[in-house]
Amino acid sequence: MFNIIAAESEVNILRLPLDELIIGTLAFAIVFFALAKFAFPAISKTLEDRADAIEGGLARAENSQAEAAAMLEQYRAQLADARGEAANIRAEAQAEKTAMIESARGEAAAAAASVTERAQAQIEAERSQAMSSLRRDVSELALTLASKVVGESLTDDARARASVDRFIADLEVEAAK
Amino acid sequence: MNVVKFSGDVSCPVTPHLNSGCGFPAPNAEIFFLEPYTTLHVGSMEFVIGKTSILAALVAIIVATFFLAASRPRKMVPGKLQSLGEQAYLFVRDQIAREVIGKDGDRFVPFLGSIFFFVWISNLMGVIPGAQFPIMSSLAFPVSLTLMVYATYMFIGMKHQGPIKFFTSAMFPPGVPKAMYVLLAPLELLQLVVTRPVTQAIRLFANMFAGHLLLTTFTLAAYYLLSPSIIGVLGSVTSFGVTVVLTGFEMFIQGLQAFIFTLLTAVYIGGSLHAEH
Repeated sequence: MFNIIAAESEVNILRLPLDELIIGTLAFAIVFFALAKFAFPAISKTLEDRADAIEGGLARAENSQAEAAAMLEQYRAQLADARGEAANIRAEAQAEKTAMIESARGEAAAAAASVTERAQAQIEAERSQAMSSLRRDVSELALTLASKVVGESLTDDARARASVDRFIADLEVEAAK
Repeated sequence: MNVVKFSGDVSCPVTPHLNSGCGFPAPNAEIFFLEPYTTLHVGSMEFVIGKTSILAALVAIIVATFFLAASRPRKMVPGKLQSLGEQAYLFVRDQIAREVIGKDGDRFVPFLGSIFFFVWISNLMGVIPGAQFPIMSSLAFPVSLTLMVYATYMFIGMKHQGPIKFFTSAMFPPGVPKAMYVLLAPLELLQLVVTRPVTQAIRLFANMFAGHLLLTTFTLAAYYLLSPSIIGVLGSVTSFGVTVVLTGFEMFIQGLQAFIFTLLTAVYIGGSLHAEH
């Protein structure tokens, strides 16, 4: 019952009508014109620009990295300089301090020496003063004692005084021995 | 629905049903000859304006408009449309032009791209609802494309290798025993001048023709067998299922054939640029 229609029809599937050939060619020509003249050059240019932009960006990044590295190196050098300088300053200060201490110590020693000297001189002066006063007192005592013994005043006699002095000097010589 | 004439039985409708008592309207070659809407006269030429030619013009406008629109933004960070256009361009450039021809294939990208997208969208018209007619199933369209391809690689070959050398280098491939040239030379010449363009056109035409015929058969069967009986429902559902599966398969074939047509074009152009091996 299936009435399969045989290819009895007069259609020829391999026919080539000229109008369809022309329409096909024209349709393709429209596409080719649009793509070759406008679309594809624009797309190709855009892709190139993008590749350039990306490469440029990479180059820029590399540049700034190099710059940063250079700057870091510079900072490091500066830091090292500063450290060296600080060490120098410290060493100088140390030297200065030592010198100051040294000079202060010298001054103090000198001052002490002079104080000692003065004190010694004073002691010497006081001692000689005491000695002469003692000597005078002793001679007066001796004279008084001798006058009492002799019964006459020898107080103002220059000769008596000289003998007493001689006596005391002898005593001193004895004592020094 | 396509015009399916029922020779002999005038009482049967264009798309009959099982219950009408009419036989199954198995589609034949006639479904590829659609009623023209009008004819246009340009000088002495007569242009038949039918579904095929209108679809061809539509495809040209769609492809041209898409690429013009996609190439317009030119942003560093592309939007969806621009990105799609760039991927389409890169596909033709990297997968076809550079892959087959090499570095000097870049200047053929517009030609190859036009062919690929024109053929692909033309084929796609076979499954797009409302159109449902693959333009390339009309032999004149593949032939018009093939003629342009043929002219292109013939011209390039004669220009790059010399008008005589182009043919002799194809006829006498190196590395073959001299005696074999008696057999090989005529075959190679035939291959270059006749077989290539004929097979390139017919491969595309026949694939689209057969695909459309298959789809139409199962679509009509789904309607013809539809009836409130077990056999009717099973037959109809099966036919519909087959139609859906075939539509998917057909879309794959459409893309594949467009790719093969373009790839062959690239191979022929590449062969014309550089003498074989």
